[in-house]
This record gives sequence, C-alpha cells and structure tokens, in this order.
Amino acid sequence: MGWMAWTLPTALFFVGIALLLVAMTVWQTVSPGHERKGFLPLTTSRGDRLFIGLLASAYGHLLLLALTDWPLWIATGVCVVGMVIIMKWG
Amino acid sequence: MKTYNNKAWWLVLPVFALVAFSAIIPMMTVVNYSIQDIFDPNTRYFVGTEWYREILADPRLLDSLLRQFVYSLCVLVIEVPLGIIVALSMPRRGLGVPVSLILLSLPLLVPWNVVGTIWQIIGREDIGLYGWILNSIGLDYNYASNPRDAWATVLIMDVWHWTSLVALLCYSGLRSIPDVYYQAARIDRASHWAVFRFIQLPKLKNVLLIAVMLRFMDSFMIYTEPFVLTGGGPGTATTFLSQTLTQMALGQFDLGRAAAFSLIYFLIILLVTWVFYTAMTHNDDKG
Repeated sequence: MGWMAWTLPTALFFVGIALLLVAMTVWQTVSPGHERKGFLPLTTSRGDRLFIGLLASAYGHLLLLALTDWPLWIATGVCVVGMVIIMKWG
Repeated sequence: MKTYNNKAWWLVLPVFALVAFSAIIPMMTVVNYSIQDIFDPNTRYFVGTEWYREILADPRLLDSLLRQFVYSLCVLVIEVPLGIIVALSMPRRGLGVPVSLILLSLPLLVPWNVVGTIWQIIGREDIGLYGWILNSIGLDYNYASNPRDAWATVLIMDVWHWTSLVALLCYSGLRSIPDVYYQAARIDRASHWAVFRFIQLPKLKNVLLIAVMLRFMDSFMIYTEPFVLTGGGPGTATTFLSQTLTQMALGQFDLGRAAAFSLIYFLIILLVTWVFYTAMTHNDDKG
C-alpha cells in the first residue's frame, strides 16, 4: 500500500467516512427511516441528507481555503454543526 | 414502505469490488497525494492544505475553469435546441427512419482524436473546405492564430460530433409519445407550436435531462479534440480544465497540486451530477 502514499490525516478521514457509512447502514437496519420534507427544497431520505451534508461540507472547506487565511478546523466545526442541522431538520 | 428483505444487496458486491479498484482506491490515492509534495511514493513531504490554497488563488486555473464553464454552456445552448430540431424533422416511418438513424450515428462512431484531425484539415485555409470557403468570402479565418476562430472551430467540431446524440435521444423520446395525444391535439386544432409546447416538450423532459447531463459531463471533461486541433492555443485560448490538469500532472510532474486540482474538478462534477440526478428522480416521483 506504499504507493498510495498514506498519511495519518487522510487515513483518519477515510476511516471516519467508512464508520459513518457503517453507522448509517446499522441505523437504517435497526430503525428504518423514511423520505420526508424538511427545510431543504426536496424530499430526502437519511442517506440523501448525509450526502448533501458531506458535499456541502466539502464546498464549505474549499470556500474557507479560497477566501480566508483561517485555520481549517473552523470550517470543520461549522460543517459539523451544519451536518447535524441538515440531518435533523433538512 | 416496509422492507422485508435486504439480501439483494449482496448482488451489488461484485460491482462494488469493481468500483473499488477502478475508482475508490485511485480516488483515495489522489486524496493522499493532494496534501503532500510528492516526488515518488518514498520521497514525499506533508504540506497540508497548501496546494488547495494555491490552486484556489491561481489565476491561470481560474481562467481555465471559467473557460470550461463558458464552453460547456455554449455546447448546451447550441446542441440541445439543435438536437430537438433535428429530432422533430426526422421521418417517423418508412425508409427514411433507418437511413437518418444511421447517418446521425456516424459522427458518434468517430474516435475523438480522429475528429480533431478531421477538423484540423477541414479548418486549414489552404486545403481545408471550411477554412478555404471562409477565407474566399473575405473572412480572415485562421484557427491557429486567432483565438475567436479557434473557439468557433472547437465549438463547431463539438456540435458536428455530438448533436447527433441529443437528436437520437430526443427522437427516441418523441417516438414513445402515444398517438392519442396527437389525435387529441388535431381535434382541438392545436398549432405545431402548441403541440410542441404542451405535448412533446413535457414528454421529452426526462430524455432532455439525460441529454443535458451527458453533454455537460462530456464537454466539461473535453480533452482530445481541442488538444489535437489547437493544442490548447493560440496562447491558452482553448486550454480547458483537463488539459491544464494534464500539463500540471504529466508536463510539470507536479503531482500534489494536480491531485488537489482533480479533487476540486471532481467536486464540481459531483455537484452537477447530483443536481441532474435529483431533478430526474424528482420528475419521476411527480410523473
């Protein structure tokens, strides 16, 4: 796996994504969710909201990098809060 | 709706394994590369978000991105209406159907690099039909030295190559409209425009979404045709995103920056695809 040039932050990132997917699968199996309409302008399932949250987080991080000199963890913090809001009320 | 059994998901495993090898593992590698200065897998230095900051502030790349969006927009604005017009003009029965289908399919069968070479020759002002005609009617046309001409030629080349795809998709959509709709329109003495506006266009919505998505994706990652035709020039007038990326990765061997750039490129494609996918499934739900 040396050719993949792993680093600790990227390994943690992918482990996090994998855990998130496993957790969503378990959650869906134990307590199946249904599509619903929240503040987002479309009906979404849990998986849809997770995807929207992750995509929005990626763009949020890029926006911070493009427009400011602030450290990245500020974007991460805001995105985590955003993700919770989207998952709960989206 | 209650889920009784999830065992069918096991059938997805082979595809998942394939996608893992062809997409997920390479993508992970690109993510790893994007935060390092890579010379080879053993000689690398962690740089954090430096490449991302540099790329997002690099005017050359932002120009390339803007150029790419303008190009894709032009492609859609020209090819989608033209494809609809061609599909509407195609015969519905008789020998004309297979003949027009074959003729329209021909450009789609030509490989990208061959299309570039064909237009390189057609566009020449000394021996090329297109270049020679334009020059002989008094237009100072030269795609190798004039950015406007280069753009026009790259766009015309794309229109020549891909409008057939939109036309064929629209034609299949038109053929699936039941005849009763047209009979009702005739009883109401609906005009051609009314038939198009209230019967054909709504029925074509999903097909058009697919056509727009395919043409956007293809035009957004265009590489071979402009590379063969103009080499990205004159200057950087027709240097689109994928060519900028290739120059960075292979020309300058700047793998870290190229990796960060490809991830941004990927995120743009992912967003657009998701928007189209959502629009399509939303339409299905409604219809």
